[in-house]
Amino acid sequence: MDVRALKAAFPHTTPVMAGYVFLGIAFGLIMISEGAELWVPVVMSLLICSGALEFAAVPFFFMPPDYIGMFFFGLMLNIRHTFYGIPMLEKYADMGKLKPLMIFWLTDETFTISSTIEPPEGVDRNRFYIWISALDYSYWIIGTALGAVCGNLVPFDLAGLDFALTALFIVLFLEQFKGREGVFGGSFGFVLTALSLIVVGKDKMIPLAMVLILAGLLLGRKWIEPTTGSDNGSAANDGSSCGKSEVCDE
Amino acid sequence: MSNIETLILIAVLSLTVIITRGLPFMVFSRKNELPHIVKYLGSVLPSAMTGLLIVYCFKDYNWHEMTEIVPAIIAAASVCGIHLWKKNMILSIFTGTLIYMVLLRIM
Repeated sequence: MDVRALKAAFPHTTPVMAGYVFLGIAFGLIMISEGAELWVPVVMSLLICSGALEFAAVPFFFMPPDYIGMFFFGLMLNIRHTFYGIPMLEKYADMGKLKPLMIFWLTDETFTISSTIEPPEGVDRNRFYIWISALDYSYWIIGTALGAVCGNLVPFDLAGLDFALTALFIVLFLEQFKGREGVFGGSFGFVLTALSLIVVGKDKMIPLAMVLILAGLLLGRKWIEPTTGSDNGSAANDGSSCGKSEVCDE
Repeated sequence: MSNIETLILIAVLSLTVIITRGLPFMVFSRKNELPHIVKYLGSVLPSAMTGLLIVYCFKDYNWHEMTEIVPAIIAAASVCGIHLWKKNMILSIFTGTLIYMVLLRIM
């Protein structure tokens, strides 16, 4: 076991610990109070690994099953995740056997942390990211199990602890908000999603926001991309992403 | 629902997660062949999606209910202020969360 990678990764996951354990307890408790058996919420968290989808799916576990409907429900609800892989393609390229698991573990929070944070000098990159994902996943499972088994025994009023996840996104947003890509990307993401929320409401905002963000980023590429101008002049300024392969695209 | 039906439903939802999270990795399976436009999107999408997620976090608040939205706005502003001041992620996040939890109870 690589303790250095674990030590480097753990502090970044503490906000997720607060948020996931709290929300996991809430989720486990809801499922049990609706009449589910103990194993159901735990197996859900183990195999679905998506808090938003699991909460949204609660009522559908207590009515006649509609598998086809739930398939499209799940795709629509988590469609934002299709954008998460793109920045991670290179970071996760050499993950080896664990790559499928790392892709499955790519929750909102894990994606935001791992796409923003670079491991410190001397720490194995892959192990650093594996620990972030594995720790986040374990918090969600532990929270769910606690909620299912003894959620109604929690002696403290924890309402509001999930704000740690909102705060995590805000802080990582500030960290990303530098350089042309960060400033333009962040502004597009925030403004266009807010616009979508205002125009079509919270249930339909995500697909519209994704289309607008993609269109904005593609149309604005000329201004956003830090390379200066010409079509074939990108190689000179793009050493970081092209350096490892022999031939650069374009 | 029977146990079997419950398990199938979990499997269906699990499949949707695997599809949505796995799609880019299935489409662009080899590192060296990444088109330049995908690299560009990879550099701008993290901040864009974080911006999206912040709005997503605020979507369920009732904007007409002051006792709901004011603690969230004050706490979010505190997170920004503390972070720009101290540059310490953990401090900013947990102080902001504490402020939120306190305001939620006194308002």
